[in-house]
Amino acid sequence: MIRTLFKSLCEHKKGSITTVILSIIEVVFEIIIPLCMSDLIDFGINEGSMSEVWKYGIVLLIFAVLELITGVLSAHVAARCSAGFAANLRQDMYDNVQTFAFSNIDRFSTSSIVTRLTTDVTNIQNAWQMLIRMAVRGPVMMIFSIIVSFSISKDISLIFLIAIPVLAVGLFLVVRGVNPIFKRVFKTYDELNNVVQENVKGIRVVKTFNQQDHEITKFNGISKRIFTDFAKGERLIAFNSPLMQACMYACMLLISWLGAKAIVASGNNAALGLTTGELTALITYAMQILTSLMMLSMVFAMITISASSMSRVAELLDETTDIRNPEDPVMEVKNGNICFDHVDFTYASTSDKKVLDDIHLTIRSGETVGIIGGTGSSKSSLVQLIPRLYDVTEGALSVGGVDVRKYDLEALRGAVAMVLQKNELFSGTIKENLCWGNENATDDEIKEACRLACADEFINTLPDGYDTHIDQGGTNVSGGQKQRLCIARALLRKPKILILDDSTSAVDTKTDAVIQKSFAEFIPDTTKIIIAQRISSIAHAGIIVVMDGGRIQAVGTHDELLKSSDIYREVFESQQKGSADNE
Amino acid sequence: MNKNKVVNPDLAQNNSAPSKSSKSSGTGSFDKTTLKRLLSYMHPYKAQLIIVTVCILLSALASAASSLFLETLIDDYITPLLGSDSPVFSGLLKALAVLAVIYFVGTLANLMYNRMMVTIAQGTLKTIRDDMFSKMQRLPVSFFDRHTHGEIMSLYTNDTDTLRQMIAQSMSQVISSVFTIVAVFFCMLYISIWLTLVVIVAMFFTLKIAAYVAGKSGSSFVAQQRTLADLDSYVEEMVNGQKVIKVFCHEDKTKEEMRVKNKAWETSAGTANGHANAMMPMMNALGYIQYVIIAVLGAYMAIAGITNLGIFGTNSMTLGMIASFLTLSRNFTNPISQISNQFNSIVTALAGAARIFKFMDEAPETDNGYVTLVNAREENGVITETPEHTGLWAWKHPHGDGTLTYTKLEGRIVFDHVDFSYVPGKTVLHDITLEAEPGQKIALVGATGAGNTTITNLINRFYDLDDGKIRYDGININKIKKADLRRSLGVVLQEVNLFTGTVMENLRYGNENATDEQCRNAAKLANADGFIGMLPNGYNTVLKGDGSGLSQGQRQLISIARAAVSDPPVMILDEATSSIDTRTEALVQGGMDRLMSGRTTFVIAHRLSTVQNSDIIMVMDHGSIIERGDHAALIAKKGTYYQLYTGAFELE
Repeated sequence: MIRTLFKSLCEHKKGSITTVILSIIEVVFEIIIPLCMSDLIDFGINEGSMSEVWKYGIVLLIFAVLELITGVLSAHVAARCSAGFAANLRQDMYDNVQTFAFSNIDRFSTSSIVTRLTTDVTNIQNAWQMLIRMAVRGPVMMIFSIIVSFSISKDISLIFLIAIPVLAVGLFLVVRGVNPIFKRVFKTYDELNNVVQENVKGIRVVKTFNQQDHEITKFNGISKRIFTDFAKGERLIAFNSPLMQACMYACMLLISWLGAKAIVASGNNAALGLTTGELTALITYAMQILTSLMMLSMVFAMITISASSMSRVAELLDETTDIRNPEDPVMEVKNGNICFDHVDFTYASTSDKKVLDDIHLTIRSGETVGIIGGTGSSKSSLVQLIPRLYDVTEGALSVGGVDVRKYDLEALRGAVAMVLQKNELFSGTIKENLCWGNENATDDEIKEACRLACADEFINTLPDGYDTHIDQGGTNVSGGQKQRLCIARALLRKPKILILDDSTSAVDTKTDAVIQKSFAEFIPDTTKIIIAQRISSIAHAGIIVVMDGGRIQAVGTHDELLKSSDIYREVFESQQKGSADNE
Repeated sequence: MNKNKVVNPDLAQNNSAPSKSSKSSGTGSFDKTTLKRLLSYMHPYKAQLIIVTVCILLSALASAASSLFLETLIDDYITPLLGSDSPVFSGLLKALAVLAVIYFVGTLANLMYNRMMVTIAQGTLKTIRDDMFSKMQRLPVSFFDRHTHGEIMSLYTNDTDTLRQMIAQSMSQVISSVFTIVAVFFCMLYISIWLTLVVIVAMFFTLKIAAYVAGKSGSSFVAQQRTLADLDSYVEEMVNGQKVIKVFCHEDKTKEEMRVKNKAWETSAGTANGHANAMMPMMNALGYIQYVIIAVLGAYMAIAGITNLGIFGTNSMTLGMIASFLTLSRNFTNPISQISNQFNSIVTALAGAARIFKFMDEAPETDNGYVTLVNAREENGVITETPEHTGLWAWKHPHGDGTLTYTKLEGRIVFDHVDFSYVPGKTVLHDITLEAEPGQKIALVGATGAGNTTITNLINRFYDLDDGKIRYDGININKIKKADLRRSLGVVLQEVNLFTGTVMENLRYGNENATDEQCRNAAKLANADGFIGMLPNGYNTVLKGDGSGLSQGQRQLISIARAAVSDPPVMILDEATSSIDTRTEALVQGGMDRLMSGRTTFVIAHRLSTVQNSDIIMVMDHGSIIERGDHAALIAKKGTYYQLYTGAFELE
C-alpha cells in the first residue's frame, strides 16, 4: 500500500527530503540555543562580564534568526511538497479511473470514487505534511536532547531513562485504546450523514407519511452513539496531557534535588561539575524530550486515522482495468456489420447469474434494428457489448467482420456511437457539449446533426442559441431536449453504428417519428440499433428483437412478431388499447 | 419546475464542494452574538463549567509555581549552601515536598478538566446536532427548494466539525492560556516591572508580525478554498459522467483539464499551508529573540547593579531572578502564540456556527390546524369517536362556540378559485377550480411546469395558497392539522426515495402498525412481490444508498406498495409508473385499479394510456386548466388532448 502511494511522490521526493533535513537543522538550533543560554548565564552574568553577555547574546540572536529562516523555509517546502504529493495522487487516481472499463466503475461506485479523489486525498495531504515535519523531528530532538543532557550530567540524565519509557508506554496504551473507538465513530458518522442525506432528499416522503418523529428518533439514536463513543475516546485521550505533565513534574523535582546537590558539591564551578546555568538547561531539555514524545504520539494517532484513507486511495491506484487495448490492434472498422455468436454475459466473474444467455444475432450494415423487452430483460447489457464497454463472458462478438477484442478501443468506440440510457450533459455551452462527439466539428456540421436530431428548433429559440450555457447535469433543459442533444452529440461522430438506448423516451411520438425518418434518409449506411419502450419507435425497423430474461425471445418484423411473439403482441396491445377504439 | 432541485442527485452526493467555499468567509471578525448563542448551548453544563474553570486555574497556578520555583531553588537553597563544608539539604527537601503536592494537585486538576471538557463539548454538539435535525424536519418543503442538498449537508458535516474542534480543543486551550498569561504576568511583575515592560513591548511587535502573516495566510486560504471547490465539483461532475467519457473516448481531454485544475489547487494549497505552517516556527524564533533581549538587559541590570523595581518594592537583581524571569517570559509567549494559532480555527468555527444558527432560525412550517382525524363508529347516522381502529375515519372539528362536530372522511376534494405562486409575483396556478367526488379518478395532463405537480403539492399543504380555498370533505384544509391531513393522503412520486433498511421496513414506512401479511399483500398488489422474492434475503434484504441496487422501475413498484400499506382514502400518483415498462405497467394496472377503487385518486402522467380511464381528465397549460372532461368527451372535442393523444403535440 505504502509503495503504491509513494509512486505518486515523484518530483516532490526532493521537497520532502529537504523538509526532513530542514527540520533536523531546526532541531539542532532548538538544542543549541538553550546551551548558549546557560553559557550566557554562567560566563556572562556569573562572571559579571558584560562583554561575554554581548558575545553570547549575539550568538544567540544569530541562531534565532537562522532558526527562523530554516523554520519558515521548512514550513513552506513542507506545505508545497505535501500539496504536490496530494495533487499527484489525485491526478494518478484520476488518470487510472480514465482507463477503467464500465465493470471497474460499477465495482467502485461513483460516490466512492469521488470521496477518494476529494476527502481521502486531503487526509493524506495533512498526514504527509505532519509526517515529514514531525516524525523525524520528534526522535531527532529526543536523541539530541538526551545526548546533550548526558554531556551536562550523566547522573541526573539517568532520570530520563526512567521517564521516557513510562511516558511512552502510557501514550502507546492511550493510542491503542482509542483507535478502535475512533474507527467505530467514523463509521457511525457515515451512518449519520446517510440519514441526513436521505432525509434531505426524501423530505417530501417523510412529510407525506408523517414520519418526522420517527426520523428524529432514528437520528437521535445515532447521534447518541456518536456522543457515547466520541466521549469515551476523547476521555481516554484526555489522559495524554496530565500524563505528560506528571512525568515532566516528576523529572523537574528529581532534577532539582539531584541538581542542587551536584551544584553545591561543585561550588557552582563548571570545571568541577554542574552549574546553575546548566541546571536551567537540563530542565529545558527535560521538557523538550517529553514534548517530542508527545509529538510522536500525535503523529502515530494521525497516521492511524489516515490509514483508512491511504488504503482506499491505494485500492483505486492498484485497480487495473478489465478491458485493455490488444497488441497490434485493428485500427479501422470497415462497416456496420454486427454478429453475436452464441454470446453469454455475466457482470461479475464470480456471479453465475447469466445476464445474457446464448445470444445469436446477425445485423447487416445499414440495417435498423429495434430492441424491445421488459425491465430487466438485459436490453442495455446487449448493446453495451458492441462498443466493448463490457467483454463477453462466452462466445464472440464481431463488428465489421472482426472480433471487437481485436480493435483499438478508440477506433472501435469512434465507429460505434452510443447514447446511453442515463446520459449526461456537462456544464458548458451547448456547442461545447456537442463537440464531445467531434472536437473539430464545423458549425455547419453541428447544425446538421442538430437538425437530424430535431434539436435545432428548440436551440434556435434559446436566447444564446448554440452558446447557451448548460448547467451541471443538464438541469436547465427538459428531459426531451436533453435526449435530443445527446443524440446530436452522437451523430457528430459520424458513426458506422449508432445505438440509442431508450433515448427518445421523453420525446413525443411525432418528433420521434421525424428523427427516425431522418435517420433512414440521411444516414442510410449507418447501422441503427434502437432500444425503446414504445412500439411506435421501432415498428418501422427492419428487424425487431424481443428480449426476455436475457434471452432473445423472438426476432422478426413488426407484422411477423404480432403473429409469432406473445410478448410483443401484449406490449403492442397495452399501448394501442385506447387509440384503436377511437380512431 | 419546483422539482428541479429535488431531483438533482448530483448535489447530494458530494457536499464538500459548496461548503468548502463557504468556509472561506471565516476570515472575518469575531462574531459576538453567535458566540453568546453557542455559549447558551452549554448552559446545562454550568456546574461542570465552573469546576472546569477552577481546575484550569489550579493547573495554571501549578505550572506558574514550577517556573517561579527555579528562582527560589537557586537563590534560597543552592547559593546559600555554596562554599558550605557540610551543606544541609533538609530545607530543600521540604520545599520540594511542598512543590510535589502542588504538582500533584495541578496534574489532577488537568486530568479532571480535560475529561469534563470532553463531556461538555460532545454533549453540546449532540444537542446542536439533534436540534438541527428536529428543526430540519419542521422546515417547509419550500426551504428544500431554495437550498441545494450540498448546502444542507455541509451544516452537518463541515460546520459541525469545525465547531467540534473549537469546543473540544480551542476552548479549554484558550481558557487555560488566558489564565496562564494572567498568572505568569503577575509573577513577572513580582520579579521585575522593568523587564515585564520589555516583554510587553516585544510581545506587541511579535503580535504585529503575526497578524500580518495571518492576514496573508487568510487571503491565500480563500484562494485555496476556491480552487478546491472548483476541483471538487469538476471531479464530481466528471466521475458522474464517467461512462459518457468512455463512450466518447474523451479520457485524454478530461485528464488534461483535471491537470490544469489540480495544478491551480496545488499552487494555492501550497502557499496557504506554507503560511499557516510558518506561524509556529516564527513565533518560536521571535520568542528566542525576545529571550536574548531580556537576558542582555537583565544581565546588564545585574552587573551594573541597577535598582530593580518589583511589584513589592525595590531590590537588587540576582542571578536566580534572571533565570526565573527568562523561564517566565517563555511561559508568557507560549500561550499567546497558542491563542494566535487558535484564532483562525475559532473564527472559522464561529462562521460555521453562524450558518447553523441561521438554519435554526429559518421559519418553520406553520400549522394552525385544529381539525383532527380520529377513528370513528357510525351508528344510526351518528358518528362517534372511538379509540380503536375501525376502518372508518372522521374529522373532529371543534368550533368557536365550544361545540364539536364529526364529519365522515370521504375524500371529497374541492379547489375553489385557487391561485398560487412559488415565488411572489410569478403565478404558477391561475384560478383553478375543480371538484373531485369521493372515489373518483382525476387525471392531470400537461407539460412539466404546467402546474400539475403543483396542484398535488397544494392538497397536502407542502405550500400555502395565494388566493382561493381548498376544501376536504367540506373543511378548509387550512383548518386541518397538517399531520392528520397528510395521514389521509397517499402520495407516490416519480422520484422514489427509499430509506436504508430492509424492504419490509420501507414498506411499513407509512404505517408502523402494518403486519408482515399486510405488507406482503400490498407488494403483491403492486406486482413487487415477484422481484422482492428474488432478492438475496427477500423482504429482509437491506436496501442501501436509496435502494441503488434496484432498477428505477422496481423502486417505483416498492413506492406504490408503500403507499398501499399506508391505506389512505385519497391517493396522489405523480408519474408513479413512468419508469415501468408498458408491459409491466399493464401487469401492475390491475393492482393499481384495485388500489384506486373506492379512493379519490389524482393521477399525473405523461403516458396517456395511464390516464384514459379517469373520471375527469384536466389538461393543464401554463397554470390553467384549458380542457376538462372524460377521455371520450375530450377526444370528441378535438382540442389539445386530442392532439396529444394522436401524437401531434409534444409533452415535456
